[in-house]
Amino acid sequence: MIVRGPETVLVQGITGRQATFWSERMTEYGTRIIGGVNPKKAGIEHLGLPVWGSAKDAAKDQDKAIGCSCVIVPPPGVKSSVLDALEAGIRKIVILTEHVPVHDVMYFLSAAREAGACVVGPNTAGIVTPGECFVGFMPAFNERVFKPGSVGVISRSGSLGTLVCLDMVQAGLGISAFIGIGGDPVIGTTTRDALECFDKDKKTEGIALIGEIGGSMEEDAAEYARTMSKPIVSFMAGAASPPGKKMGHAGAIVMGDKGSYAGKKKALEGAGVSVLPTPSMLPDALKERLSG
Amino acid sequence: MNFEEHAAKPLLKAVGIAVPDGGLARSGDEAAALAEKIGACVVKAQVPTGKRGKAGGIALAATPDEARGEAARILALEIAGFPVNSVLVEQQVPITKEFYAAVLNDSDTKGPLLLFSAEGGMDIEEIAQKHPGALVRLPIDIRKGLEADALEVAIPDIDGAERAALLDTLTRLYQAYIENDAELMEINPLVAAQDGKTIALDCKFILDDSAIRRQGDLADSGAPEKLTELESRGQEIGFKYIELEGNVGVLSNGAGLTMTTMDAISHYGGTPANFLEIGGNAFVLGKQALEVVLANPRVKSLLINFCGAIARTDVMTGGVLEAWDEVNPQVPVFWSISGTGEDEARAMLKDKLGATSYPTMDEAVRAAVEAAK
Repeated sequence: MIVRGPETVLVQGITGRQATFWSERMTEYGTRIIGGVNPKKAGIEHLGLPVWGSAKDAAKDQDKAIGCSCVIVPPPGVKSSVLDALEAGIRKIVILTEHVPVHDVMYFLSAAREAGACVVGPNTAGIVTPGECFVGFMPAFNERVFKPGSVGVISRSGSLGTLVCLDMVQAGLGISAFIGIGGDPVIGTTTRDALECFDKDKKTEGIALIGEIGGSMEEDAAEYARTMSKPIVSFMAGAASPPGKKMGHAGAIVMGDKGSYAGKKKALEGAGVSVLPTPSMLPDALKERLSG
Repeated sequence: MNFEEHAAKPLLKAVGIAVPDGGLARSGDEAAALAEKIGACVVKAQVPTGKRGKAGGIALAATPDEARGEAARILALEIAGFPVNSVLVEQQVPITKEFYAAVLNDSDTKGPLLLFSAEGGMDIEEIAQKHPGALVRLPIDIRKGLEADALEVAIPDIDGAERAALLDTLTRLYQAYIENDAELMEINPLVAAQDGKTIALDCKFILDDSAIRRQGDLADSGAPEKLTELESRGQEIGFKYIELEGNVGVLSNGAGLTMTTMDAISHYGGTPANFLEIGGNAFVLGKQALEVVLANPRVKSLLINFCGAIARTDVMTGGVLEAWDEVNPQVPVFWSISGTGEDEARAMLKDKLGATSYPTMDEAVRAAVEAAK
């Protein structure tokens, strides 16, 4: 799911306010955006790029398959946009939109599974490959936050992910890639999937796994972490959150024992992951594990 | 969004699942009048929480007088912090068997999951603990729907007329789950009556918050969240504010970062006064956020922790500073700003207040915790 510099990117919903701002940032940084989609504005130019009526139309105008689609359309249109991207043969889809109805998410994830496509999100801040490109709402261009290096960062949250990358870079480490997986209860790429991706990535030597209370993704990731030799350090947000309350992310809620901080910490530590009480402690812990 | 039993059951009825006759009562007299019509009845507290039975919120009544007495007693209760404002009065149903049935959004299989147990009448956690072998879990591909063959194989050990009625009800339950964008549609207990028919004695429905808009006026019959005055104010303005017990005020962006800010306060020996995040599209609400967080009289120091990804720190900081003179904070304020827009944000802070951002979140947190002591 890491996006590489040479990959072409289509922005579905490119004419929106947020999409416009971030498409400009992405292009400046080096992301190869070939244009965008808006069914109501087919044929116009936006940011000097073509706008097609569908991803299928965009695909017809290319010599090669489009590498990745970045979906920034309002929630009711996300399902049809993703199905359109799948039909256009796109096999990497990053969905930034928040508040997508969960039944829609389950529907397009089922279609993506059948097509063998990788979906990141919804409600993700995106993917950053420092020095190459980024797809999403991330300050990749800020050199205090992102520098190329060997640490893979996985986070549900964009703001917390940004803080962790900042801490890493300020401590003299660099980032191989940042994978934002999104804060929704049902998402395409899970913590475990992202961990597996970094395990196989040659540039990545160590991993910062940023979890959150709620669900069982960290427990599931712990099972995979057990099989890995690359060191993993982790911070999980929500130790001080009261149970039974949704803390902003729809997925971040503790029900009974399920999703509790203690349960996740135990599972990860049992798999050899160092779990730290604040994110600022991650860089030193990782340095120690990398040298040890 | 949670729905109380009386608001959830009509959704089952709409897809052809039988529920007992009855009605809603807000006083002992109303309950007695209903009992007069339907005979021996059960009186049930309507609150959006489980374990009503254990809290004394469910009672049998053989006569209208008994219904009046029980209703009056239950209406005076408070269950898990919810005052009981109404009771559902329903006909008693002679039961031969109790089942558990539910369909929910499952994050592991990334699709709908049907849960069924021939051991009903207790909550799902208890079933999973006491009868793990009896719990049927059937993952469903939402593009195909609930397939009759798969259901036939999944539900064991139930025979005869009862089986046909049960399979039919489960199919209809799935339909109710789909049509209403449910996060959870649960019937517990689902019972077999003496004539073999199945009847839903209770129903729990949670509507996916992200689907409220496309479900028309369905949300109007949902149970209002239990909010404090400040929490309601936050909801009206358009951000998530949760009031907590501590004294360090928190203003941050993004759910993950805001939880982390609270964790760091707690780690360094303090207690957070609130959760408040103005991430996502709410990052333009800095001004209103400052007002709400400082309206809590317990706040002794304020920590403003912005780390911008989509949320631009210059816009958030600008909003907070715009409200500064009007709100006139009387508690010490500690800033940590990094990420998208940080240079502009730090310059604004210097210009307007002569203040600086701490180099790291941890330093700002420690200072805020110290000041609140």
